[in-house]
Amino acid sequence: MIKKQLQALGEYLLLMGRTFQRPERMRMFFKQYYHEVTTLGINSVGIVLLISLFIGAVICIQIKLNIQSAWMPSWVSGYTTREIMMLEFSSAIMCLILAGKVGSNIASEIGTMRITQQIDALDIMGVNSASYLILPKVAALVSFIPILVTFSVAAGIVGAYCTAYLANIITPADLTLGLQHSFTPWYFWMGVIKSLFFAFIIASVSSYYGYNVKGGSIEVGKASTSAVVSCSVLILFSDIFLTQLLSMN
Amino acid sequence: MIAVENISKSFDGRQVLHDISVEFLNGRTNLIIGQSGSGKTVLLNSIVGLHQPDSGHIYYDGRDITVMSKKERTMLRREIGMLFQGSALFDSMTLLENVMFPLDMFSDKSYKERKARAMLCIDRVNLLGSEHKHPAELSGGMQKRAAIARAIAMEPHYLFCDEPNSGLDPKTSLVIDKLISEITHENNITTIVNTHDMNSVIGIGENILFINNGTAAWQGNSKEVLTSNNKMLNDFVFASEFSKQLRQDILANIH
Repeated sequence: MIKKQLQALGEYLLLMGRTFQRPERMRMFFKQYYHEVTTLGINSVGIVLLISLFIGAVICIQIKLNIQSAWMPSWVSGYTTREIMMLEFSSAIMCLILAGKVGSNIASEIGTMRITQQIDALDIMGVNSASYLILPKVAALVSFIPILVTFSVAAGIVGAYCTAYLANIITPADLTLGLQHSFTPWYFWMGVIKSLFFAFIIASVSSYYGYNVKGGSIEVGKASTSAVVSCSVLILFSDIFLTQLLSMN
Repeated sequence: MIAVENISKSFDGRQVLHDISVEFLNGRTNLIIGQSGSGKTVLLNSIVGLHQPDSGHIYYDGRDITVMSKKERTMLRREIGMLFQGSALFDSMTLLENVMFPLDMFSDKSYKERKARAMLCIDRVNLLGSEHKHPAELSGGMQKRAAIARAIAMEPHYLFCDEPNSGLDPKTSLVIDKLISEITHENNITTIVNTHDMNSVIGIGENILFINNGTAAWQGNSKEVLTSNNKMLNDFVFASEFSKQLRQDILANIH
């Protein structure tokens, strides 16, 4: 079991070694990069906005109903919503969601290319298939994730305002007061920095599973599932260390 | 010319290739034939460098691929075109983009020149008009022709075809065979075709290697296949009653 895990780690590191090499043609790299930004990043904006909007609203309602009391200041719901969205939801939880959407997409795409010999075709041509396929995905997701984090925080706050204006759970003035209370910009950057690591995990680990598929369509499905599970576990583990590390500031 | 010297290869302790030596000649369609599981795909993959042989040498016009550095091997691969069994066209690209891909990757020519070259290759395989279609919109035969166009885009010195006729009807198979043979002679390249299609053996086999249980069991040309007394070869090539009768009729006409 341990030997197998160490072997997988070794294979992953070797693959990353091949991935982070200078692309043969920069114009081909940028072409792939733009394609991946669209596929992995822009196409994820919708789901990020939708989930963040509802979670922002639900957090605000839950805090108002369960925490708010005569002993608590009236702005606590807005304050807590902002802090949860910035510190954890928009980075860690959103990346867990993206591990499901983007991770499975990457693993199945590369896995299908493997079993249909498209990766062999690249190798035969003399193309560094790892660099050509994986590097643009990693670069695209890592560079686009701060935008998704920003959108997620904003959508969460919009969701909280929806509960104020549409459901009258909290007054907009109290919510605004809470959102502005003791704002620490570093907390936003903490979320962004953590998400950069998570994006790297999603893109690279999913690519590793896809790249090493052996067999047919069933194995591609298994690789896709394994990629999502591994990414989720790694995100959760690294979240603990990153939160501890970044909170020392 | 590609010269294979004493190649052996095993997987998980099971010997697949036993000390194979053969020469594949320039400007000819060289065929590797044999039953499924006989080791012909392993031999082809070893020749192109997808497998590292356990022992022996493979020379591309005197250059030994088995001792080459990674960089030298990468450079050599730019002289190679390969047609895969399943075509291996890139799903996300159109036919034109597929054919232009190796040119985009390695050629220093302008976009206009690269496109002109790709269109020439597409025209050569009679696919003009389909250049903006994706692989999924092409028939099996068209996909094979598209893969040939991509394989010859960089004007390779060596062309490898792994089961080019698998999954194709006999008529389309003949078209593919004819195309491979014509391209080989037009460009004077070393072509190696891995096949178990007997029409190909008789039709385009100028230099045929028969592999049986991982050993080189017979070598000759398509005419010699008909007259050979090698039992293993005859059992394989003329497996059906119809083909056995056909062979006897042909031999009777010769004599």
